[in-house]
Amino acid sequence: MAHFDLSLLLTGQYREWLLAGLRLSLELTAIALVLALPLAVTVALMRLSPVRFLRAIGLSFVEGIRNVPLLVHMLFWYFGAPELLPESLRQRLNEGNFEALSAIVALTLYTAAYMSEDIRSGVRAIPTVQLEAGRALGFGYLASMRLIVLPQAVRIIVPPLISQTLNLWKNTSIATVIGVGELMYQAAKVEAASFRSAEAFSFATISYLSVSLIITGIAAWYQHRHPLRTA
Amino acid sequence: MKELIEKYWLYFLVGQYPHGPLGGLTLTLLLAAAGLLLALPLGVLLGIARLSAYRWLRWPVTALVMTVRGTPLLMVVFWAYFFLPSVTGVKTNQFSTMLIALVLFDGAYLAEIVRAGILGVPRGQAEAARSLGLGASGALRFVVLPQALRSMLPSLVNQFASSIKETSLGYIIGLQEVSFIASQINNLELTKPMPIYLMLAGTYFLLCFGLSRLAFWLDRSLSVARLSRAAAVRTA
Repeated sequence: MAHFDLSLLLTGQYREWLLAGLRLSLELTAIALVLALPLAVTVALMRLSPVRFLRAIGLSFVEGIRNVPLLVHMLFWYFGAPELLPESLRQRLNEGNFEALSAIVALTLYTAAYMSEDIRSGVRAIPTVQLEAGRALGFGYLASMRLIVLPQAVRIIVPPLISQTLNLWKNTSIATVIGVGELMYQAAKVEAASFRSAEAFSFATISYLSVSLIITGIAAWYQHRHPLRTA
Repeated sequence: MKELIEKYWLYFLVGQYPHGPLGGLTLTLLLAAAGLLLALPLGVLLGIARLSAYRWLRWPVTALVMTVRGTPLLMVVFWAYFFLPSVTGVKTNQFSTMLIALVLFDGAYLAEIVRAGILGVPRGQAEAARSLGLGASGALRFVVLPQALRSMLPSLVNQFASSIKETSLGYIIGLQEVSFIASQINNLELTKPMPIYLMLAGTYFLLCFGLSRLAFWLDRSLSVARLSRAAAVRTA
């Protein structure tokens, strides 16, 4: 094996490819996170709702998505789903970055399914008397949730949500299968162009690790700053 | 849909076997099972090392576990696929590559499950074993680990479901597991991506959902058994 030479990556087009990949990975994470959070809250509230029908929908969403690999989600949204769209819309989508769009849909749904379970168990950890007291004071179900239960549940919910964000960050790598030009894709591209697998993959590994460490650090900071209150 | 199943069910289940390499759903299950079986001893060793009293052992293992947990599985697969052959000089096939990546990756995750399992055994158990004259390793082997491993059983079943999902990444390095086979079928048919990928998703769903139900049931029956044992001790 040729000697290890990281300087190869610090100049010219290889550097640009890798940095573009890193940026796209971060963007995918940010967009999917912003979209997944409200969806996860909605699904969690459905699963906690007193209406049986809503609970069933929430449960099917969570189980249906969690039990299928993310790779299959990506393949489905990229190859399968467009078949259902009208021709004109499909053409418009193909002009844009349809790979990235499919990846965002898959990542958002996958992350939301996991996050909704964390939110649900956080809410369930708050004693039901809190909800009942809210209802007894005349708040509706949603208002008692929003004003009384959820603010208390936040401390329990945030740490697992941060670790789901870490999973989301790692999961963006799977978008490489449908040809999204994220970090893993670019690292493989550099490897193919330069035959320098060690250097290209070192860059990708160090990038993934650094962002993972930052996310872990945020989790530690949050738990230090807002420790769980024990009654 | 019916026509697709009639035409491709055998290909979907075993790949080109017996006229070619084994593939399809059988390969997926085989890989997940082999990966978990080999990762388990590694996970136990790493988990124990994470709790070791010796710093020279605890720190590097902690660093290894943290590194693996901070990188995507796909990264580990790429390292094993592109880099390992250039170091060892042995060209491994896709199955062994994927197996190595899975064992390393799941080993690091299992290490944390094992560690939590050991920490979950009340301290009094280890102390009682020590005061009865067992050494540190004897106490671990005969008293703490058996209890820790039993409480881990539901997590292990869940881990098997995760392993099944993880094997789908073999697709990327051209391993003929079930996702790859489904894509091949899609390439042959060209016009029916929707039913093909839905069927693939349904297959994973049945397996993983079934396993997670099993884990739930095991968890409940184990804790019922524990409670009734505790009650028996109290009344005795």
